[in-house]
Amino acid sequence: MIGISPKRTQWIAFGLCWAAAIVAIAAMIIIIAYVFIKGLGVIDWNFLSSDPKGGLGADSGGIRTSIAGTLWTVVLTLGMAAPVGIGAGIYMAEYARDNWFTAAIRWVIETLAGIPSILFGLFGFALFVMALSLRMSILAGSLTLACLVLPTIIRTTEEAVKAVPRSFREASYALGATKWQTIRHVVLASAMPGIVTAVILALGRIVGETACLYVTMGGSGLNFPDSPFDPGRTLSLDVLYRLFEANDARAAFGAGVMLIITILIINGLTRWISNRWMARMHGR
Amino acid sequence: MTTRISAQDVNFYYDKVHALKGISVDINANEITALIGPSGCGKSTFLRCLNRMNDVIPKTRLEGKILLDGDDIYQPEIDVVALRKKVGMVFQQPNPFPKSIFENVAFGPRRLGENDRAKLEGIVEKSLKAAALWDEVKDQLGKSGLAISGGQQQRLCIARVLAVEPEVVLMDEPCSALDPIATLKIEELMQDLKKNYTIVIVTHNMQQAARVSDRTGFFLLGELVEFGLTDDIFSRPRDRRTEDYITGRFG
Repeated sequence: MIGISPKRTQWIAFGLCWAAAIVAIAAMIIIIAYVFIKGLGVIDWNFLSSDPKGGLGADSGGIRTSIAGTLWTVVLTLGMAAPVGIGAGIYMAEYARDNWFTAAIRWVIETLAGIPSILFGLFGFALFVMALSLRMSILAGSLTLACLVLPTIIRTTEEAVKAVPRSFREASYALGATKWQTIRHVVLASAMPGIVTAVILALGRIVGETACLYVTMGGSGLNFPDSPFDPGRTLSLDVLYRLFEANDARAAFGAGVMLIITILIINGLTRWISNRWMARMHGR
Repeated sequence: MTTRISAQDVNFYYDKVHALKGISVDINANEITALIGPSGCGKSTFLRCLNRMNDVIPKTRLEGKILLDGDDIYQPEIDVVALRKKVGMVFQQPNPFPKSIFENVAFGPRRLGENDRAKLEGIVEKSLKAAALWDEVKDQLGKSGLAISGGQQQRLCIARVLAVEPEVVLMDEPCSALDPIATLKIEELMQDLKKNYTIVIVTHNMQQAARVSDRTGFFLLGELVEFGLTDDIFSRPRDRRTEDYITGRFG
C-alpha cells in the first residue's frame, strides 16, 4: 500500500493546526482592530463626560450615562447573584444529598444556563417590570441579569468546590475541625480561584448582555441614572441604541471601544488576582 | 502497660462488602503498633475506624466496640470532633494545606479557638521541633507548605497533628511516598514521639514494621490473623499465613 510516511503525516497535522490557529487569531485581531480604528478617534473627554443627545444623525452625544449605567448594573447584579450563587453552589457540592431531587435541580440549573437570554428578558419583563411594577429600570434589568448569570455561578462554584481533593478535607477533619470550619478554611480557600473565575465569567456576561436588558432596563431615555429605579443603559445597550435609534455608527464604535477596554481590564484584573492567589498558595 | 485503645469484635462494612471481620485487639499506650498485610486486607480501614474517619464515606457501617481510654467512641453521645482532636492522623500522601507552613501548624489550634499570636507562635515552634522540622524551616515559616520537599511536607503534617496535642497518632503508610532518607527521618521521629504518644502505623513495608514497632498485627482478607510482639511475629510466627507473608511467599 502506498501511504504517506509518518514524518510527513506529522508535518501535515502540524500545518493544519498552525493554519487553524492563525485563522482564529487573525479573526479576533481583525475584529478588535476594526472597532478600535473606527472608534478610537471618537473617544475624548467630551465623549466620556457628556450625556447622550436626542434626535437622529451625526452627533448623538456622549456616553456618561452609559458608563454610570454599566457600573450600577455590574454592582447590583453581582451584589445579588454572587452571594446567592456561591452559597447555592456550596450547598449543592457539600450538603445536598445525592438523590433524584438534587439530580433534578442540577438538570434544571444546567438547562437554565443554556436558555437564550431574551427568554430571561421576557420573564424579567413580566415579573419585575410589570408584576412588581419596577417599570423599565436598572433594578429590573439587574434582577433579570442576576437570574441569567445565577446558573453559571452555581455550577462553576459547585465544580470548583468538588474539585478540592478529599485529602484536604480529611486532613482538616483529622485535626478536629468541624464540617463548617473545614468548608470555610480549607475547601473555600482552595476553591477560591475557581469561584473567582465563576464571578468573572458572570461579570463578562453582564457587561456584554443586550437582549434581555433591552426589554427590562429601558435606556432609550437620555437622563442620568441617579438611582437603580431609573431606566438606564449599559455600554452594550448603548451600542445598540446608537446604531438603531440614533443612527450614529460613529458613536457606536466609540462605545464599542470602551466596552472592549472594559473587558480587557476585567480579564487582566482576573488574571492578576488568580495568579497572585496561586502564587501565595503554592509558594511560587 | 496501660491499654489505650481496645477493639472488641469489630466488623466493618462498605455497603455490602464485609471489610473487617471480628477484629479484637488491645493497643498499648506509649508503644508503636504496626499493622501489616497485603493491599485490601483491611488494615487501613481498621486504622480509619479508630478516629471515625470512615464516617465521611457514605454507606459504611460498624459493629462491635472500639474503646478509647475505656469509652466507646461509637456511642451516639461521643463528640466526633473532640475524638479526632484526641486521635490525630497522618495520611499516606503528604497533604499540607495550600497555606503557609505557619498556618498549616496553627490550623488545628486556631479551629479550637486559639487566636493569640504569641501563643500560636509558641505552639508552632514546639510542634515543628517535635516533628524535627524546625531547624529546616524556622526562617521560612511564611513559605507555602506545598513548596517544601515531600519528606518535609510529611513532617509538617506530623507537626500539624502534634499542634492539637493528641493522645494517639494514627499513621496510614506515612512513608510510602518518601525516599529512604526521608523515611529514616520519620522513623527516628516515631521513636521520639512514642515517649509521649501512642502510635499506630499501617505499613506495606515489613522491614519498616520490624524496625520501628513494638507490636505487630497481621491482617489478611479482613481478619486479624495474628497479633503480638514484633520480635515474635517476625521470628516465630504462630500462624502459617503470617509466616508465608513475612517470608515473602505472597503479598
